[in-house]
Amino acid sequence: MHQFEVQTIWDGFNLAGHQIAFTNSALWMCIAAVALWVFMLGGMKGQLVPGRWQMMVEGSTRFIDNMLSANVGPEGKRYVPYVFSLFMFILFANLLGLLPLGVVGIHPFTFTSHFTITGVLAIMSFSIVLIVGFWRHGFHFFSLFVPHGTPGWLLWLIPVIELVSFMVRPFSLALRLFVAMTAGHVLLKVLAGFVINAGNAGALTGIAVGGPSFLLMIGISALEVLVAGIQAYVFALLTSLYINDAENLH
Amino acid sequence: MDAEAAKLVGAGFAAIGAGMAAIGVGNVFGSFLEGALRNPGAADGQQGRLFIGFAAAELLGLLAFVVAMILIFVA
Repeated sequence: MHQFEVQTIWDGFNLAGHQIAFTNSALWMCIAAVALWVFMLGGMKGQLVPGRWQMMVEGSTRFIDNMLSANVGPEGKRYVPYVFSLFMFILFANLLGLLPLGVVGIHPFTFTSHFTITGVLAIMSFSIVLIVGFWRHGFHFFSLFVPHGTPGWLLWLIPVIELVSFMVRPFSLALRLFVAMTAGHVLLKVLAGFVINAGNAGALTGIAVGGPSFLLMIGISALEVLVAGIQAYVFALLTSLYINDAENLH
Repeated sequence: MDAEAAKLVGAGFAAIGAGMAAIGVGNVFGSFLEGALRNPGAADGQQGRLFIGFAAAELLGLLAFVVAMILIFVA
């Protein structure tokens, strides 16, 4: 589908036989970063009586701060910058991709609907878990695979299951965000196709089929805004749970 | 059956997984509400767990979508 195609905007340069181009995906990543930067800058005035904008920024940082202190404990403070950037970047990306700018001819590109991008985000979270885990606990980190109170006769099975569930984490993390965004946009596209095709088929079909489809589309759009928030939250929440495993071993 | 037709039928069957995930997600939120209405004071503290359960149930529905997409466009 056209909205998921990565297009080259600037040919870029050649690095060891690979063409490093500036694509629309990179462009929208930059836009998300700049929008996030502006959002943060507007709220960091530090006034004694915060205005609306400052309340928004403070509310979002407090939200992540509470999430980490609830899930990781006092050590979680150190991960607030990473998890906050992750959450806000994904949230901005998801919301920017939903903007109806197509009516003025600018086609937003939801880069979180690409597995390469969500995969890199998931690998970043996973490597932080591995690095922190081995740094703090050394080889004792492997005790993560043997939960407390495992009966002796199950020692051949439980570590295998725990190992598989541990190694699947980056995939499930990346896949969830990527598929949720892709599925939402495909759904909107299909419903939009219903409206256009029913309208072309005649006035009666247009009203009987296109009308309800259009109403459904408005509802689904609202649902997609909700999903954009929930997926960013779930990504940050699961990252903080995995960091908890690395910090405290369960 | 023609191989192409079998792929499309398989993709249709994968939609059952999406319906099953709907049951799962509904169960998660339904049970949460049931508990939350009995003890509203404890509800806010359990929101993290609510979303963990939601994420786990939803993932399998999304995997069903992936299976359908692979059957139609890749396989």
